[in-house]
Amino acid sequence: MSDITRNDGPTGPMLAADGTPLKRSLARSLRRQKLRALMLIAPLLVFVLVTFIAPIADMLFRSVENQIVSETLPETVLALRDWDAKAGSLPEEPVFAALAADLQAAVAAKTHTRLGSRLNYENSGISSLFRKSGRDVGKWDMTTDGPFREKFIEIDKGWGDIGVWQTIKTYSPRYTPGYFLNAVDLAKGVDGIEARAANERIYITLFLRTLWMSLTITASCLILGYPVAWLLANLRASSANVLMILVLLPFWTSLLVRTSAWKVLLQQQGVINDLLVWIGLVGDANRLVMINNQFGTILAMTHVLLPFMILPLYSVMKTIPPSYLRAAKSLGATDWTAFWRVYFPQSVPGIGAGSILVFIIAIGYYITPELVGGTKGVFISNRIAFHISSSLNWGLGAALGAILLVAVLLLYWAYDKIVGIDNVKLG
Amino acid sequence: MSAIPPYATTGQRLWHYTFRVICGLIFFFLIAPIVVVIPLSFNAEDFFTFTPKMLALDPEGYSLKHYRDFFTNTDWQAALWNSVRIAPMATLLSVSFGTLAAIGLSQSHVPFRRAIMAVLISPMIVPLIISAAGMYFFYSRIGLQGSYWGVVLAHAVLGIPFVIITVTATLVGFDRSLTRAAANMGAGPIRTFFQVQMPLILPGVISGALFAFITSFDEVVVVLFVGSAQQKTLPWQMFIGLREQISPTILAVATVLVVFSIALLTVLELLRRRSERLRGMSPS
Repeated sequence: MSDITRNDGPTGPMLAADGTPLKRSLARSLRRQKLRALMLIAPLLVFVLVTFIAPIADMLFRSVENQIVSETLPETVLALRDWDAKAGSLPEEPVFAALAADLQAAVAAKTHTRLGSRLNYENSGISSLFRKSGRDVGKWDMTTDGPFREKFIEIDKGWGDIGVWQTIKTYSPRYTPGYFLNAVDLAKGVDGIEARAANERIYITLFLRTLWMSLTITASCLILGYPVAWLLANLRASSANVLMILVLLPFWTSLLVRTSAWKVLLQQQGVINDLLVWIGLVGDANRLVMINNQFGTILAMTHVLLPFMILPLYSVMKTIPPSYLRAAKSLGATDWTAFWRVYFPQSVPGIGAGSILVFIIAIGYYITPELVGGTKGVFISNRIAFHISSSLNWGLGAALGAILLVAVLLLYWAYDKIVGIDNVKLG
Repeated sequence: MSAIPPYATTGQRLWHYTFRVICGLIFFFLIAPIVVVIPLSFNAEDFFTFTPKMLALDPEGYSLKHYRDFFTNTDWQAALWNSVRIAPMATLLSVSFGTLAAIGLSQSHVPFRRAIMAVLISPMIVPLIISAAGMYFFYSRIGLQGSYWGVVLAHAVLGIPFVIITVTATLVGFDRSLTRAAANMGAGPIRTFFQVQMPLILPGVISGALFAFITSFDEVVVVLFVGSAQQKTLPWQMFIGLREQISPTILAVATVLVVFSIALLTVLELLRRRSERLRGMSPS
């Protein structure tokens, strides 16, 4: 209250040098400052939005996008709208006529095989059905060759299978949750969501395996990293710096170099097996199988990610005064009590930071599992890569990626809460 | 802390030395796989283990033939050349955009600072396979997939978080009155930036650049998807070599890369010391 009365006093509002009221002049300068900061950030922000955020958005879009069915078979999709998929009878002649017209246009545009492979993901066998029918339908005369129902079934009995029509109807909307359901081993049937056949259920197992292996890797990094970080934090600076090089060198060495080192070391004719045979621990005939399985992946990835655990642990431990431990001991605590009740609780932030960091990196890892994991030691990311480059089921790959992305972003959010992203230190 | 007090019991002494041994073993685990590669790369045979001749230190057991293969094989040379062409360009892009933005971010009033920071750091957080998949889809749409510039842009954006983090960290210790003093003496914003601010934050910028460079130079997942055979980089060639026909040339390449990373590490350490000296901290 008193401020306002003073401002409204006989001398009027306080003025800046150029005669404008001070308040407005300050607000303008603040606005200009904000604008200048944003102008400096804008080029990078636009750059990141175009080259990075847009691709991620594109991937998320592809995980639900399903326009291929309604674009390739527009008439059929319309005609199928009135067909009751649950009634148990085949669609009527108009649907087949619409299909003939659509398929003829698709054959001319050479898009029918793509649609076939798309629907094949949901109902195997449709791909060959479309390819086979495409050849004949292309030669039909739309005006004279009807009725088409019998002609289609004549080409391939598959067209008489209600399951095929149910698949086409179920996947005719422009957007589908189908890929996401597939990614968690479910399928969209006529009666709603149902479980996949037992031999097709692989993704839940794969997600669980990814989770389990990432946890194991995080735990082994913690067990190996904690003593080393403690030693580095408590040695004299000169010796700690020398030992630090042993941590930083692997950190800076190319990932491919480290992975190839493990590939060479772990082979059955490799250095470790040779050494074990030479010592006599293992017979020459039964050399250990340490690669192309889960053991190989866990060992190599623990090595790759260990620096990411040691560095945050070290930076937290560096801030714990050594006098606390001495104080605890002088008050009568044993070594163990002093560590467990005094030192350990103070190092927990470092454990949290390092563990989340290692876990985030591990859960999305691709290269090392691909090279040393064989078939049993691969992660969900290897499956994503497979769908994008080999099976070409991009929608499913995108859906798996979206689930992984959500998991990582949740962890990132937790990391930001615990550590703060501004506090990340490098090297 | 490191020395044992004279009153320590036998058990405490024992634990002290056991602990040292455990730590020694962990350091061995960290460094041994990298060190083992070096002598193996001089193997005269095409094996991945030490031959009896090598163990006997017989000169005939050693040779430079894998290095010769690396420097004469056209595949490896093309890969090396691609890496050398892509990484500096990507670094240049991420450093110039990143430094500018880091200066913007360190001003005192930045609206939506947290949100902007989250977006700029995200390339480091999102798993590479997801970035690669998204870029593959999106860059195919806009015709960048399989081109030199596609790979450069992808690598540049991956390097940006590192530049942002290192440069903002350097700017925390930057004395703002220096730019005001420069402005007071009549220097324009651009001149102030290049003659006053830049020399002081240079160590941070260079170490950010090194991070961005190594990110691009060492990157394989994104280039596998965004690039085509013409952009095959050194890590890509190593990846193929490891997955399909593992040839000992890889060990020679690995050794060259280890030497390279030692050089990088040394530069980075020197920069860190210089930056601490400039800020008046004691190097520890």
